[in-house]
Amino acid sequence: MNIWKSCLFGAALALLTSTASFAAKTDLVLGIVLEPPHLDPTAGAAAAIDEIVYANIFEGLTRIGPKGDVLPALAESWAQSEDGKTYTFKLHKDVKFQDGTAFDAEDVKFSLERPRSDKSTNAQKGLFAAIDKVEILDPLSVKVTLKQPNGDFLYNMAWGDAVIVAPESADTNKDKPVGTGPFKLDNWAKGSQIVITKNPNYWGTPATLEKATFRIIPDPAAATAALLAGDVQAFPVFPSYETIAQFQADPRFKVVIGSTEGETVMGLNNKKPPFDNPKVRQAIAHAIDRKTVIDGAMFGFGTPIGSFFPPHHAAYLDLTTQTAYDPELAKKLLTEAGHPDGFKTTLKLPPPTYARRGGEIIAAELSEIGIEAEIIPVEWAQWLDQVFKNKDYDMTIVSHTEPNDLNIFSRDDYYFNYDSAPFKELIKQIEATSDGPKRTELYQQAQKLLATDEPAIFLFQLPKTGIWDSKIEGLWENGPIQANDLTAVKWTD
Amino acid sequence: MKRTSSLFTNRSFLIGAVITLIVALTAGLSFIWTPYSVSALDIVAKLKPSSPAHWMGTDHFGRDILSMIMVGSRASIFVALVSVAIGAGIGIPLGLWAAARGGIVDEMLMRFNDLVFAFPALLSAVMITAIFGPGAINAIIAIGIFNIPVFARVARGAALSLWVREFVLAARAIGKSEGRITLDHILPNMANILIIQGTIQFSLGILAEAGLSYVGLGAQPPTPSWGRMLFEAQTMIGLAPHMALFPGLAIVATVLGLNLLGDGLRDVLDPKLRHMR
Repeated sequence: MNIWKSCLFGAALALLTSTASFAAKTDLVLGIVLEPPHLDPTAGAAAAIDEIVYANIFEGLTRIGPKGDVLPALAESWAQSEDGKTYTFKLHKDVKFQDGTAFDAEDVKFSLERPRSDKSTNAQKGLFAAIDKVEILDPLSVKVTLKQPNGDFLYNMAWGDAVIVAPESADTNKDKPVGTGPFKLDNWAKGSQIVITKNPNYWGTPATLEKATFRIIPDPAAATAALLAGDVQAFPVFPSYETIAQFQADPRFKVVIGSTEGETVMGLNNKKPPFDNPKVRQAIAHAIDRKTVIDGAMFGFGTPIGSFFPPHHAAYLDLTTQTAYDPELAKKLLTEAGHPDGFKTTLKLPPPTYARRGGEIIAAELSEIGIEAEIIPVEWAQWLDQVFKNKDYDMTIVSHTEPNDLNIFSRDDYYFNYDSAPFKELIKQIEATSDGPKRTELYQQAQKLLATDEPAIFLFQLPKTGIWDSKIEGLWENGPIQANDLTAVKWTD
Repeated sequence: MKRTSSLFTNRSFLIGAVITLIVALTAGLSFIWTPYSVSALDIVAKLKPSSPAHWMGTDHFGRDILSMIMVGSRASIFVALVSVAIGAGIGIPLGLWAAARGGIVDEMLMRFNDLVFAFPALLSAVMITAIFGPGAINAIIAIGIFNIPVFARVARGAALSLWVREFVLAARAIGKSEGRITLDHILPNMANILIIQGTIQFSLGILAEAGLSYVGLGAQPPTPSWGRMLFEAQTMIGLAPHMALFPGLAIVATVLGLNLLGDGLRDVLDPKLRHMR
């Protein structure tokens, strides 16, 4: 091709693309890091499932809004009885599943009873544990009776694990998800992308986007390149912290740093010596400089935490000063615990950057007070098996991204091996208390107890590092739940 | 001493030897001195480009890259050296045995050799480290195993061509045993070929170690290694290209140096090749 020809060709191409952009675009390509194992949120714990289907394909009785509040979804409204034990939900009418079948109280009863059966594969059965019985009053009203009052019930019903499914399609939702949401699955090219398109029969406010593609990009370097090249127009949770500054300086992109429910902790095996000694755990806490960890591993993105509670929550207490960086004190505590020269231990690190890089920094900091931590990198499957299931570890770093998960420290068979009667009692009280000052007070007591006992070292809150085209509006700033709610997303020109 | 003098006029040999010597000396020096400590992190000084204080800049933890390359050369050299020793130590005797015995022994050994040879070496090394866990020792074993057939094959080929030579026949005629002949006559006469092969395998070992540690199967942090330095530089290439440049150059220079050294040695030591020029 000679030079004139190629110039002409270029001009023609430019003309074509410019005319196309006169009308606002209605399709969007989003980057996600992990591919979901399947698309049924009621049958798997993987956050990657909810990142695709939550609020887009499936809806529950209630839903979590962008700020973490509980909003009505399929339930138009609800009434709570005086004793707090029964909820009567009034359902939206004329709601249809994406396969054309009608939605009514039968589907709600089915969806709330299914996870409570013995055969259930629901990953969060605890959400439904409080339910005693579900009764259909009429096709658009359901009465749910609880065993005892539960302040979290409406919140629990908003989880992806509690979405409403139809008996006809429940068994095939893994590959062919059928929900009531504003989008439906178009196709899933395994290993590459998942495409959802607008549901023309949606009962509520229809989505502005006609089509959304979730492209799976696990490699951080490739994620950067894809955004720069425009192959992907939005990365709701951008995995490469080091290149964020580059996007902040680029007017084509909007960089939105929000909060998530991800408390990043260094878990300690509380039953295994020397970690069974609270002094040792406190010594480790004082030996770690959270700022260095955040700057080094996260390039400054992340909020230090001193207990297991998200900083954006109203009941949050900043307890970071209680375990402030103080190597002298750490050394003193270690001596009091009978380890004046430190000890040898291991640190198992799962694949995410925050763990691998954070672990290297922490190991270097611990060696300052004589604790020699051998770094053992593990894959997720090994981590789940060795650390999470078999508790075969000394120390590990992981981010707990579920919302409202303070109660993991009260679980008997959880990987921390932390067993504290006072803490369990606090959690029991919290669960029986509805929102209000009493509950805030209890939450704060629990935070203080954890900051003193230090069953794990509380490091920082994982940020939601969103980067998208500056012309896109409506994506969530924060991550109160793992979701990419596209209902309000639109291009502005 | 014709050979020695021609060694020093051979350009590849000279350049190769100088580079190899520099790498070896740097590795040696790192045991007693590095510009900075490689275990001390200084997050405030992260990703600094080359400067008089840090000749090769600093990495994402503020560590001095020159110091890390110096210490990292130890892992590379150690892994390459020991894996060559494993390969040579097992491969050469096997090759010599096969050549000396011939027949069924030769057949079996060489077919087994082919079997190991048929697997892509690096892929199998990944498999071995995946099963037995990552770490420098497992990387050595993995790379070493795949050096065995290389040495066995070279040793057997060279030995076979020697077994039909007159001086070997003479040795047989006076009743020397196969083992004696191998030790006294065969091995000394093929030493040059084995040394050349050794340098080539050594450079391949450096590359393999870098490859394994790049995918996280080599020496584990905080021990610096060239491959992992490259891996860590990957996402920061736009921010701090020096993080990828210098470990990359170190690998290229070392491998190039060893290959030049091997080439030079072959040019000088292998008479057949000299005629071909």
